[in-house]
Amino acid sequence: MTRPLPGAEGVAVQEQYESADQQMSANRLGMWVFLASEVMLFGGFFLGFLVYRVMHPQGFEEAASHTDLLIGTVNTVVLLTSSLTVALAVTAVRHGRRGMGIGCLAATVGLGAAFLALKGYEYWKEYGEGLMPHAGKPFPLHEEGTMLFFNLYFAATGLHAAHLTLGIVMMSTIAVLWAVRGTARVPELVESGALYWHLIDVIWIWLYPLIYLAGR
Amino acid sequence: MTATATNPASQRPTYLNHAYTLWSWLSTTDHKRIGMLYLGTLTLMFFIGGLAATLIRLELMTPVGDVLSADGYNKVFTIHGVIMVWFFLVPSIPNTLGNFILPLMIGARDLAFPRLNLASWYIFVAASIMALYFLLAGGVDTGWTFYTPYSSMFSNSNVTGVIAAVFIVGFSSIATGVNFIVTIHKMRAPGMTWFRMPILCWSLYATSLVIVLATPVLAISLLLVALERVAGVGIFDPALGGDPLLFQHLFWFYSHPAVYIMILPGMGVTTEIIACFARRRIFGYRFIAFSSMAIALIGFGVWGHHMFVAGQSAVAAIVFSLMSFLIAVPSAIKVYTWTATLYKGDIRMAAPLVYALSFIVLFVIGGITGLILASLALDVHVTDTYFVISHFHFIMVGASVSAYMGGLHFWWPKMTGRMYAERPALLAALFIGIGFVLTFLPQFWAGYLGMPRRYHEYPDEFQVLNVMSSAGAGILGLGYAMPLFYLTWSLRHGEPAGDNPWQATGLEWSVPSPPPKHNFVEIPVVEHEAYSYRPFGAQGSERVESDEEIQR
Repeated sequence: MTRPLPGAEGVAVQEQYESADQQMSANRLGMWVFLASEVMLFGGFFLGFLVYRVMHPQGFEEAASHTDLLIGTVNTVVLLTSSLTVALAVTAVRHGRRGMGIGCLAATVGLGAAFLALKGYEYWKEYGEGLMPHAGKPFPLHEEGTMLFFNLYFAATGLHAAHLTLGIVMMSTIAVLWAVRGTARVPELVESGALYWHLIDVIWIWLYPLIYLAGR
Repeated sequence: MTATATNPASQRPTYLNHAYTLWSWLSTTDHKRIGMLYLGTLTLMFFIGGLAATLIRLELMTPVGDVLSADGYNKVFTIHGVIMVWFFLVPSIPNTLGNFILPLMIGARDLAFPRLNLASWYIFVAASIMALYFLLAGGVDTGWTFYTPYSSMFSNSNVTGVIAAVFIVGFSSIATGVNFIVTIHKMRAPGMTWFRMPILCWSLYATSLVIVLATPVLAISLLLVALERVAGVGIFDPALGGDPLLFQHLFWFYSHPAVYIMILPGMGVTTEIIACFARRRIFGYRFIAFSSMAIALIGFGVWGHHMFVAGQSAVAAIVFSLMSFLIAVPSAIKVYTWTATLYKGDIRMAAPLVYALSFIVLFVIGGITGLILASLALDVHVTDTYFVISHFHFIMVGASVSAYMGGLHFWWPKMTGRMYAERPALLAALFIGIGFVLTFLPQFWAGYLGMPRRYHEYPDEFQVLNVMSSAGAGILGLGYAMPLFYLTWSLRHGEPAGDNPWQATGLEWSVPSPPPKHNFVEIPVVEHEAYSYRPFGAQGSERVESDEEIQR
């Protein structure tokens, strides 16, 4: 490793490493390996959606027609935009642009929160229609597989939202650290956090067609 | 942190004596101390799981259910399975020996993420306490496989609690897997190329890949079962059109590769021991290294052989059968290379080698009976019988635990600075080998004659075989208990080991025993392959020519 990694200057090297480069590339690889693990976690949902859709094509298409395509699409745009802002934050930290970086992180957090708010509104609407499982209202659809669809939908989007919430907490923490304590560990944190954020986005890119576009 | 020649050994700073307080252990980020913490915890879990096994064998001494009720028996074999699989076998070699040895082997000061390493231990302890609580206070009657719809809709036992504990312990596994992968990629000493790494590093690498990619699939399948139980969100519920078979697919997508998580590290340990005690360069280094990777890869394509009678399509069954035969190839390659390494070697018998040889024998028996189970027609006959029980115990317990014991004895001098007592060690190894075969060989017969698993009663005709099995279990238990005493004894009274009591190659033997806190004063520069062994009697410092040198 002769070429120094961008942002490696001024990084505090922990005692198990020989150099900042080694430390940064280890952190980066660690996050990638962890993300592979996360992909397999959501892989269970993707498999469930695909298998059950093959088993119950009519039920899945009918259930999907009761999802809110508009909110789903807007949320996709919101999340993709947040991936842009987080990527800009990485560029900012590499060039030592603190103000811009913190601004980008704040925008990321804001967009993530907007996604959650829209998702919450969507859940509330679905609750009103009785689509939420075991929420005390009669389930309105009768085709076999429709309830399976919504059970999978709530489980998968719920786990996705939990990941996003964790991402928001991470990004806020990093932004505060950067603002208060300066840049000692920030470059590594921003990079790792951004990779994680992109994963949340990628998972959604798979969930969106599985949920909203089935049969449309 | 420099150990000079004038320092008496007792004064030399080591990872053990630089601080003595309990807090210095509980807050340590030193991979060696964390390895020892795991060793203690896992030993405890092993004996708890073993206690459950003792109850099972006591119950099966007689054809009638006299020791446990049917329900009590279900709960006891669930305790045995859950504890042994997730709280002993999966973490056994990686988290104790791997944690301790891996950074030393590749010339690193620590793992890449020492704090994550410590966190993994805390997660493990928390999950262990949780699992023990739910398994003992009320218990679970589903077996370790948690098959739906029984687990999700009908069982009135603590399924959710135990599932949560297994879910949590998965984080500990994944943390270790990520740590090992990154460490092997990024922390190797200068000159420590991939093909100069000891084979144990390769097998831990393959194991870690499987851990990282398979464990989350278990997590999601258990999460869905818990959701179904707690919130009524039916995913596998047949009444909604759900398919319990999907759970089985997801479960075995983890749980078959998990068998390779349990056996691959053992293969690595065996390789290290055999090369050292045969004083030979390992035969076919690259074949062993790549066969580990092949096992990890093909291991992801064989899970359906657990479901031959569960209703999957004939095409799927044939493909899974074929894949299961295919994975026997890299496994057999390893057996041949170990045998070829021993051939004409300058063999010296010692406890680690006895364990390694036990590993080979038990692994071959378990592997060949595995081929019977991979055959579609034969599997139908023995599905859910003691034949299956015996087969997987040969691999997961017989072979894996032998390797674990062998590794523990082999690196014990390095870990503690003391030699264990050789005579009781040989005796224990003998008890374990003989006891194991006596316990499980009769179960092949019982299973082939049709004795089903998971019942506390059985027809009279199986009693002779079951009594043999229980008697063997007694010998086995004695063998497993013995090291607890003589290894503990050696901590205080064992002979000082010196840096390299086995005259072994490998960087871990180039540092003092026990190693100093940060392993190496200077990060070593590696110039040779891993196994440049010479016969025990040979004097002189010139090295055996390696492949690379011969080719030049």
